[in-house]
Amino acid sequence: MTAEIITGAEIAIRCLQKENVKFVFGYPGGAVLNIYDAIFQQKSFKHVLVRHEQAAVHAADAYSRATGDVGVALVTSGPGATNAVTGIATAHMDSIPMVIISGQVPTHAIGQDAFQECDTVGITRPCVKHNFLVKDIKDIASTIKKAFYLAATGRPGPVLVDIPKDITAETTEFIYPENVSLRSYNPINQGHSGQINKALDLLVNAQKPMVYSGGGVVLGNASEALTEFIKLLGFPITNTLMGLGGFPASHENFLGMLGMHGTYQANMAMQECDVLLAVGARFDDRVIGNPDHFLAKPKKIIHIDIDPASISKRVKIDIPIVGDVKLVLEDLISAFKALKSSSSNNLRTDWLKTIDLWKQKDCMSFEDDGTQIKPQKVIQKLHEVTNGEAFITSDVGQHQMWAAQYYPFDKPRRWINSGGLGTMGVGLPYAMGCQLAFPDSQVACVTGEASIQMCIQELSTCKQFNLPVKIVNLNNRYMGMVRQWQEFFYGNRYAESYMDALPDFVKLAESYGHVGMKIENSSDIEGALKEAFSPKLKERLVFLDFITDQTENVFPMVPNGKGLSEMILADDAEDL
Amino acid sequence: MRHIISLLMENEAGALSRVSGLFSARGYNIESLSVAPTEDQSLSRMTIVTRGSDEIIEQIIKQLNKLIDVVKVLDLHDGDHIERELVLVKVKANKQYRDEVQQLSSSYGGRIIDSSENILTIEFTGTSTELDNYLKSLNNSFVVEIVRTGASGIGRGDRILKI
Repeated sequence: MTAEIITGAEIAIRCLQKENVKFVFGYPGGAVLNIYDAIFQQKSFKHVLVRHEQAAVHAADAYSRATGDVGVALVTSGPGATNAVTGIATAHMDSIPMVIISGQVPTHAIGQDAFQECDTVGITRPCVKHNFLVKDIKDIASTIKKAFYLAATGRPGPVLVDIPKDITAETTEFIYPENVSLRSYNPINQGHSGQINKALDLLVNAQKPMVYSGGGVVLGNASEALTEFIKLLGFPITNTLMGLGGFPASHENFLGMLGMHGTYQANMAMQECDVLLAVGARFDDRVIGNPDHFLAKPKKIIHIDIDPASISKRVKIDIPIVGDVKLVLEDLISAFKALKSSSSNNLRTDWLKTIDLWKQKDCMSFEDDGTQIKPQKVIQKLHEVTNGEAFITSDVGQHQMWAAQYYPFDKPRRWINSGGLGTMGVGLPYAMGCQLAFPDSQVACVTGEASIQMCIQELSTCKQFNLPVKIVNLNNRYMGMVRQWQEFFYGNRYAESYMDALPDFVKLAESYGHVGMKIENSSDIEGALKEAFSPKLKERLVFLDFITDQTENVFPMVPNGKGLSEMILADDAEDL
Repeated sequence: MRHIISLLMENEAGALSRVSGLFSARGYNIESLSVAPTEDQSLSRMTIVTRGSDEIIEQIIKQLNKLIDVVKVLDLHDGDHIERELVLVKVKANKQYRDEVQQLSSSYGGRIIDSSENILTIEFTGTSTELDNYLKSLNNSFVVEIVRTGASGIGRGDRILKI
């Protein structure tokens, strides 16, 4: 049988069909016109036209975070590609599997400073898992196949495929490879049994055990295995910002999030434990603070991670286990069951009592006199109104931390935020990606008046595609987190952190064809949220502009460079 | 500590910039880097001379292995190895100094590969330290130009980096 002869553009589209792609987020332009013409003539996936390429990548990224599938974005050459860079870097820092297809000027024009030319492969090289420039039409199919394979396997990440315009117009036969094999790329999935046994031995004999899990558990679909393991061992556990939902927040062993704005009990338990099990987490600066301070209290550390380069990067690891977190946890579970020992729960009452004492600090309480709107209360009410079932996206800053602290997640892939790169502006496109993936689910974008303006143009996309996202804008007229650092560490000198000349968000939402609400009284929080999520507004995007207390800060806080146990609590803040 | 890292990577466009980009992005030290195709045309072999603590070197090797195009990485310092670097030195050598330069070169094992009335060009091969010593022995005021290749390394005996 001879293969069909089709254009390079059609080949690219067929490849996406073969990969069961359901949505392509993109923006057309000169170099991708052939590809768009091929998209026009197909029905297997939906193209979502954004209003800025950055949002295309963010939305595809969120689609991946929410579903676990590879997200796909399509942009043109030059500015299309450079606009996409922030989105790509965001996905890269959080290890999100994505394929980005970018148009390039024709092969004969490459290097000539052609119109809308840039070295896309060069520019994106440091912020992708891998990238390709396709120079021959015969390589399009195999390259896209490789891109999907690389994006989704091992430690996932974004992969970019740059395709010059001329080869999308040429024709050749379409043959999609069944398999990919790369001699230079063989991720290790199965954990080493010797290491697993050593780890288990350390764990069952620990006096003060602690478990810390991160985004790897969510990405590796290992939540069930982790939950079973914790239930078997009865250990306390904390999640990183990226790991929230990887272990049910309502479970009694959960100590809350750790890190710069983690709970007192989680940070103290991390510091004081004698054996620490890290699962799919990378000991980054926002999580363990100063590594020397963290290690000053002697502890044995076991680290499960799919990426060998994550092991001993910031903190020396005693027992590394390289592998897929789910498979390794399953092996640990079977090994533990085979031990037939119930040594897990003995002799640890002192440790659990100590943790209970830390919990009694009640570090998350906040003052609320019922007049000004407390941002924390808005999140608590959002949790109540949505029964804790919503997809919550956030931007970056104080509102992000409050969302992480006051919206407990019981399921993975419900908390969608930019943890690594900390990209302001992701919230709304993230909500779009989630809503398209789960049209019948509630999706709320928790944001601030500064972040939301970084991708505000996507209100137009939401209108076009009828995305009934609820935007919860915690409007304190400041870049809140910047202001908080300036208050604490820069003598109250609020350099450029004041958001002057804000738009009327209600009118702005209305001008895009949405519903806007302004909420100024604490007593109106619940009513407004209930209305926004009511059947009446089920089909509508609602922009809730909450005018919040300008002076509210995020606590606890580990100051930059300090140790995890050196937290500032809300009660201490007056002494600053 | 100084380490010589050898690696094999797919001989593709941009391969070198993936490696050099990794070093600059992560702030790793790079003393020299040499690269050329191998007997297998699909592979490039790279020799990187770098400095760092054991932890840094461990990270460098892991990060190199993480690059999709990198097939194999070997830290030559983990075992016996041979290191060679080539230098081409151009020196002023008029009648007065010609004999002295020639003697010095031959005593170190250097080879004169080009000569003109006032200039001699010498080729010298050895470890990087031997090159340093040789260059130190030359009177600086006579040296016109120096070109060093950066070190290449290979394991001793049956210590082989191959796929």
